[in-house]
Amino acid sequence: MTLLLHQLRFEQRTFWRSKEAAVFIFIFPLLLYALLGSVYDGEIDGEPAVDVLLAGLFGYGAMNTAFGGLAIMLVGRRELGILKRLRSTPLPPETYLGALLLSTLVIFALQSVALLALGVFAFDASAPENPLGFAGAIVLGVASFAGLGLAAAALIRSAEGVSAVVNVITLPMAFVSGAFGPTSSYPEFLQAIAEVLPLTYFLDLTNGVYLDGDSLFADPKALAIVVAWGVAGVAVALRRFTWVPRER
Amino acid sequence: MPAAIVAKDVRKSYGGVEALRGVSFDVAEGEVFGLLGPNGAGKTTTVEILEGYRHRDAGEVSVLGHDPGDSPRSLRERIGVVLQQSELTPLLTVREIHRQFAGYYASPRDVDDVIELVGLTEKRDERVKTLSGGQKRRLDLGVALVGDPDLVFLDEPTTGFDPAARRSAWELIRSLRSFGKTILLTTHYLDEAQQLADRVAVIRAGEIVSLGTPAELIGEARTTEIRFRRDGELVVRETDDPTRDLHELTSAALAGGWSLEQIEVRRPTLEDVYLELVGDEGASA
Repeated sequence: MTLLLHQLRFEQRTFWRSKEAAVFIFIFPLLLYALLGSVYDGEIDGEPAVDVLLAGLFGYGAMNTAFGGLAIMLVGRRELGILKRLRSTPLPPETYLGALLLSTLVIFALQSVALLALGVFAFDASAPENPLGFAGAIVLGVASFAGLGLAAAALIRSAEGVSAVVNVITLPMAFVSGAFGPTSSYPEFLQAIAEVLPLTYFLDLTNGVYLDGDSLFADPKALAIVVAWGVAGVAVALRRFTWVPRER
Repeated sequence: MPAAIVAKDVRKSYGGVEALRGVSFDVAEGEVFGLLGPNGAGKTTTVEILEGYRHRDAGEVSVLGHDPGDSPRSLRERIGVVLQQSELTPLLTVREIHRQFAGYYASPRDVDDVIELVGLTEKRDERVKTLSGGQKRRLDLGVALVGDPDLVFLDEPTTGFDPAARRSAWELIRSLRSFGKTILLTTHYLDEAQQLADRVAVIRAGEIVSLGTPAELIGEARTTEIRFRRDGELVVRETDDPTRDLHELTSAALAGGWSLEQIEVRRPTLEDVYLELVGDEGASA
């Protein structure tokens, strides 16, 4: 436990000192919300647009922070030999991963609060209808997308390419799944693709707790799909993840 | 003295290519042991099997009484590792990195003492990314020592150093030895092995071709060489009995009225021995 907190402290320090991480991971979803919130007005599907967008950007933020952030960080550390070096210290791997997940959770929780504050104060958005469910969604989102982030880190082979790969996955997924606005006018094939994406179902859950005051467990199918994606990610990571850089 | 490392007939192949073909050696506690060989000879493979990074295909290995193949935490607690290539978090300071690693060990050394030992006190509050190559290498060493290990692995610790930096690194490694640390060092620099190691194993194409103290390696190798020119032509004579041979040569020359031009009697250096052992591969190292 002491070791976990020790490692968490250094993870947090490293994250907040990195300008790339602070901008790409922390600021970017806030920036998108500020932009979209200024463009859309009125209502979307009978709800205030700023609320719908807030719930959407919250989903995007979970994916961006946990999936994108973890994948980029782990591939970078692996290829630099940082992970390899850690592997010969007494720090247990599970403690290291636990600290990374906790650190990601702290970052995303702060981001969620910042997003809410931006919405409430700048755009007159509403507070979550179900605050406890909203908090639960933070944890669920980090856990599931972190599982996928570990899988991506295991499969992506180059430190140079990882940011590009992550963006090619996350930005279209956010668009297709409806994080940036309603998808009802999208062509059918895009909607069909959205049917299998984890973010689509995570957005169902965030919309539920934020807009409608539903319980996090109100849509068991969506919940099960989000969890299943996370578990699948962990399974891939367990089979394929390595601590040492590729042979050069 | 008890052995810190025992390796018996260790074998390792990568995709059908034999990287190690039965490597055996022991390292005693408190000894500085050098693995010397050209690039690709199997030095890093050997060390990384001992560190627990790679799994051997066959053979027996014991490191401080543990099988490193399982990489048990109790073993990781007692070893310090300087990898051939690895980096540390660029955004943390020298002191923060040392504190981070110190936190992983049950009884670490004082962080500031270690920083002093590796000569980075002036850089203590600088971020890792601002350090020069040589300073980063000293940081690697500091981080390897902060857990107060009994056994230190140094994989080519001075590759890429200028001569002054290499000498100061040698001083540092000698001071480690005076603390009673066991050190396994790989290098492709002969002078480094000769300067630092109590015993040296020369490894070539996955096999140890010679093992002993630097003096023994020279001693067991070739005989003495007598070189001279006669009528401008180089004559090289190798002999086990230089006293008698010299006497015969000089007597013959005096009697015949000719001279032994540019006569030279030399014992082989470690470099001659090494080049002979590793053959052409050594020339590029």
